[in-house]
Amino acid sequence: MIKAFFYLLLRDLRLAFRSRHELANPLIFFVLVVSLFPLATTPSSELLREMAPGVIWVSALLSVLLSLDRLFKQDYEDGSLDQLMLSPNPLVILVLAKVSAHWLLTGLPLVLIAPLLGMFMYIPDEALGALVISLLLGTPVLSLVGAIGVSLTVAVNRGGVLLSLIILPLYIPVLIFGANAVDVASDGMSVRGQMLFLGAVLSLALSLAPLATAQALRITAAR
Amino acid sequence: MTETSGYNTVPQTKTDQAENLGLKIMTETGSSIPLLGADSLECTRDDRLLFNGLSFELMTGEVLQVEGANGSGKTSLLRILSGLRQADEGDVCWMGEKISLAREDYYANMIYIGHLPCIKNDLTTLENIRSLLDTRSQAVSIDKIEKVLTRVGLEGFDDVAGKALSSGQRRRVLLAFLLLAQARLWILDEPLTALDVEGVDLVESMIVEHRNAGGSVIFTTHHGMQLPCEMRLVHLGQ
Repeated sequence: MIKAFFYLLLRDLRLAFRSRHELANPLIFFVLVVSLFPLATTPSSELLREMAPGVIWVSALLSVLLSLDRLFKQDYEDGSLDQLMLSPNPLVILVLAKVSAHWLLTGLPLVLIAPLLGMFMYIPDEALGALVISLLLGTPVLSLVGAIGVSLTVAVNRGGVLLSLIILPLYIPVLIFGANAVDVASDGMSVRGQMLFLGAVLSLALSLAPLATAQALRITAAR
Repeated sequence: MTETSGYNTVPQTKTDQAENLGLKIMTETGSSIPLLGADSLECTRDDRLLFNGLSFELMTGEVLQVEGANGSGKTSLLRILSGLRQADEGDVCWMGEKISLAREDYYANMIYIGHLPCIKNDLTTLENIRSLLDTRSQAVSIDKIEKVLTRVGLEGFDDVAGKALSSGQRRRVLLAFLLLAQARLWILDEPLTALDVEGVDLVESMIVEHRNAGGSVIFTTHHGMQLPCEMRLVHLGQ
């Protein structure tokens, strides 16, 4: 069971590294959107610093949203999804493997590049830690919750709008608390509460989202 | 004389399979519990009744062909039997137990191959087979994979990417997976699609061999398949 988890994770990572242009897309999108803001507004340090948490978090969220499509699409189209469902291993474990691979390929790179973008946006050094930790706790939730939406819409042609409608409301708490944590940290206050909330949401998503995704995939397969 | 070369490897694989399947099956032959049982299945699609009251039992070592016109519900039936689709009425039982309850045991012993290729364009043949087996938690040695690849006519293709394979070759990769997975029950939806004459012979010999080793097969096909063994028929539609 554990082996099946790692083999599937490795397969997805390997597949992603064989089509690298797709791999770089979310990261490029994230960097582009954030770096366009200073150009479109007054590039004063106060204004940018004021906007930075929101801009970075919204860009990260959209970047994950755009990459969700590839989570199950290919597997659905080539029939591999059926084989995953016919595995003697629990589907929840396999779903978790796929979501983990998705986070490693999209969420993690965003977390790693975020401090650099934070500096572009005049986020004070002491708040960069809060930015990284809030993204580290928040982006896995985006992948986990997104997987539920994708598994419901994978059989729908051009289900992108539907997908956004289903999952954006669920993303909002993460967005509010994530951006707020960075904001509060910039003012030099404690972000314990926000981080605990994000941590709680992550544990909730980690324990329930794979179950919901597995069930939604079974519904999709029963078409 | 391509057929003879195809049969060269038969005795070996046969014993391989018999060894792997033999033990379990010996204990089963005495009992009268069917391997797979369908109990008054009903399936509707878009408010159209495809079939209802469909019951049959498949015993160990039996081959069953599902026949019917296009759109008569063959694929739906096979998906219901595999548990991918829910029947509107009725149950499917694996060795006397509903498949929803015997899921793990059923899926460890059953392979379903549908219309879709299940092949990743960016993985090589070897990686594709490995990843299919990995999801079933089956480790198979490289020698064995090579041997089976030779049998299905893909010798030397182990390092070729999925996108470079023709549709017939993709089907052959799945046949290799089928041979390596060592399941007792094969559920094959149109296994002859895209295969050449030699490929058809290969599938026929695989099915006969699987049956002789004590396995069971359920399949659909529109091509005439002449099997030199007993075969049962389920006919869908009027």
